[in-house]
Amino acid sequence: MTSRIFRLSAAATLLLSTAVAGHAETIKVGVVAPFSGPFALYGKQFQEAIEVYQAQHGTTAGEHEIEFIYKDVGGPNPDQSRALTQELLIKDQVDYLAGYVFTPNALAVAPLLDQSETPLVIFNAATSAINAQSDFYLRTSYTLWQVSAPLAEWAYKQGIREVVTTVSDYGPGIDAENAFVAAFEEAGGTILDSIRMPLSTNDFTPFIQSIREQSPDALFTFLPGGPPTFGFTKSYNENGLRDEGIMFLGTAETEESNLQAFGDPAIGLTTAYHYSADHDSDLNREFIAKNTEMHPDSVTNWATIGAYDGTHVIYEMVENAGSDGPAAVESVLGMEWESPRGPLIMDPETRTVIQNVYIREVERDEESGLLVNREKGVIATVGDLGWPE
Amino acid sequence: MSLFFNILIDGIAYGMILFMIAVGLSVTMGLMRVINLAHGGFALVGGAVAHWLMVAQSMSFWVAAPLGVAASVALAWPLERLIYRRIYGFGDLQQVLATIGLTFLMIATVNRLLGSTLLALPLPELLAQSVDLGFRTLPLHRLVVIGVGLAVIAGLWLLIDRTRFGIRLRAAVDNRSAASAIGINTGLIYSATFCLGAGLAALGGILGAEMLPIEAYYPLRYMVLFLIVVAVGGMGSISGSFAAALGLGILDTATRYLVPDFGTIFFYGCIILFLALRPNGLWGRTA
Repeated sequence: MTSRIFRLSAAATLLLSTAVAGHAETIKVGVVAPFSGPFALYGKQFQEAIEVYQAQHGTTAGEHEIEFIYKDVGGPNPDQSRALTQELLIKDQVDYLAGYVFTPNALAVAPLLDQSETPLVIFNAATSAINAQSDFYLRTSYTLWQVSAPLAEWAYKQGIREVVTTVSDYGPGIDAENAFVAAFEEAGGTILDSIRMPLSTNDFTPFIQSIREQSPDALFTFLPGGPPTFGFTKSYNENGLRDEGIMFLGTAETEESNLQAFGDPAIGLTTAYHYSADHDSDLNREFIAKNTEMHPDSVTNWATIGAYDGTHVIYEMVENAGSDGPAAVESVLGMEWESPRGPLIMDPETRTVIQNVYIREVERDEESGLLVNREKGVIATVGDLGWPE
Repeated sequence: MSLFFNILIDGIAYGMILFMIAVGLSVTMGLMRVINLAHGGFALVGGAVAHWLMVAQSMSFWVAAPLGVAASVALAWPLERLIYRRIYGFGDLQQVLATIGLTFLMIATVNRLLGSTLLALPLPELLAQSVDLGFRTLPLHRLVVIGVGLAVIAGLWLLIDRTRFGIRLRAAVDNRSAASAIGINTGLIYSATFCLGAGLAALGGILGAEMLPIEAYYPLRYMVLFLIVVAVGGMGSISGSFAAALGLGILDTATRYLVPDFGTIFFYGCIILFLALRPNGLWGRTA
C-alpha cells in the first residue's frame, strides 16, 4: 500500500514537473464484434484474448487504467457497425476502437475515425483496401494477399506447375483467387481453370469432378469457414483427388475451431497461414496454457491471436501517448515485438503487421490424439502484398 | 458420356439427401397442413444428441444415431401436446411466427450447450469407404442414403395407403370433425404423425450430415432447401416430394457441372418458372 502511494506521488511529482505528458486517466477501448448469432464465436474469442492479455499484463498501461467496452454487432452489417461505433465515440467517449470481424463493418467507420482521430485496431477483417481508407486503421490479423501469394510461390518451388483455383464466389474468395493467380503466373506456373463456386453450394462433388478431369498438380481454394469447408474437403477426399496426387492448397480452411470436426479426411491438407495453435515456441505454449486455464472450453485460433496482439498494440499506444490518437498511431509505426505466432513488425506504410507465413500440414498429434496444423516451412516476414501502390 | 453419368450419379445422390432431409417436412407440412418451420430444429436436435453421445459418451454411430432420432421424437411428443395442438388452428402467418420462434429457441439451446462450431458425426469405418464404379469412385454412405431413402418412401407409402392408421390419418386431415364424430381418436393420430415427422427430420439430419453438417444454425441455413422440395413436390404428396428432390438434385448438379458460374441463378430461375406454371407443385392437391 505504502509503495503504491509512493509510486503515485512520485508519478504525480513527475507529472507536475513535466506537465506536457498526459495525466493518469482511464482510457476506454470500444470493441465492436459479433457476440450473438452465427458469428458469436469471434466476439467470444476476442474477449477471451483480451482477458488473457490483461491477466498477464495487468489492467494498466503506463500510468493509465484501461477499460474495455464490448458492443454486439451481430454479423456483417455496416450500418449497425457505424451506429455502434458512433455510440461508443459519443456516448461512451472511447479513446480507441478494436475488433471488427467483417470488411464492410470495418470500412463503414472510416469517416468516423478521421473526424474523431481515434485509432482502430482491426483484429480480423482481412481485405487490403481497408487500411487505405483512413490513417487511423491498424491491423494485427493478416490480409488475404499476405498468405495467398506466398503460398503460390512456395507451390511453384515445390515443382507444382499446373493449378486449378476454385474459390467461393464472394469478396474474400475473389481476393484470394486474384492474389494466388497473380503470384503463381508471375513465378511461371499455369492456371488451368479458375472456378467460382456459388456461396449456396451444398454438394461440391461437381466442382471436384471437374478439377479431377483436368488433372492439375494442385488445387487452390478459399471457402468460408464451417459447413462449406467441411463439404469441400470431404468431397476432395471421397472423390479420390488425394490418391491421384492433386495437392490441396488452402489458407484459413483448417483453422482450429472446426478442425476436429473434419476428422481423418483432413490429414495431409496443406495450408499457408500466419498462425497455428501448434506453433513451436514457449511464448505460444504459455499463451495457450493461460487461455485454456482461464477458459477451459475455448479453442485458440487465429481470431484469438489477432485480438491478443491487437490488445498489445493498444497497450503500447496508451503507454506512449495516452488518449492522443494521432500521436498514438505514430508511436507504434515500425514497432517490433515477439508474439506467440512469431516476430511481428507494424508496417509504417500499410499499418498491417509484417509477419511470418507458415506452410502447414494437418496431422494427428500423437500425444493428444487431436488434429493439428503442423508447421512444415516458413516464409519469413511478409508484408501486406495486396497494398494498393 | 462420363459427364452424363457423373451428373446422373451425383444428382441422384444429392437428390436423395434432399429427400431425406425434407421428407419429415412433407409429413408435417404436406400431410398435416401445419407450416412447420421448426422442421430443421428437430433435425438439429437429433443430430446434436447423436453428436454428443458419440463424442462425449463415445458411443458407436449405430447406437448414437437411433438414440438421436429417439431424442427428437421424445421432444416432439410434449411439444405437440402443449404447443402445436394450439398452432393447428392458427392462420398461416401465425403458424410461421410460432414455429420460427420455436426454431430460435432450439438454435439458442444448442448454441448454449454445444457452441456454434460444427458438430461432427464421425462415420463408422464400414460407411467411410469409397466404392469404385470403374470410371470414378462414390462414397459408400451416399449409396446407403439412397437405400434408406428408397426404404423410407416405400414405408411411408405402405403406412399411408395400406394401413388402417393411414386411412384414419387421411380422414382426420381431410375433415377432422367428421373423423372424430365417427370415433377416430384424431388427437392421438395427430400426435403420432407429428412425431413421425420429427423422427424423419432427425434421421435425415443425421444421414445427410456428411454433406450438410450439423451445427447450431442448421435449421435456418437449410430452411429454404426444405421448403423448396415440399413446395415443388406439392403439398400433401410424399411421392411428389420424392420426385421433386430427385429432380432438383439432378438439376442442381447438372448446372454445377455445365455452367458453374450461373448455377445458382439458373437453379432458382427454373424453380420460379415451375411454380409460376404449377403453383400447387408436381402432384399437389388444392387445399
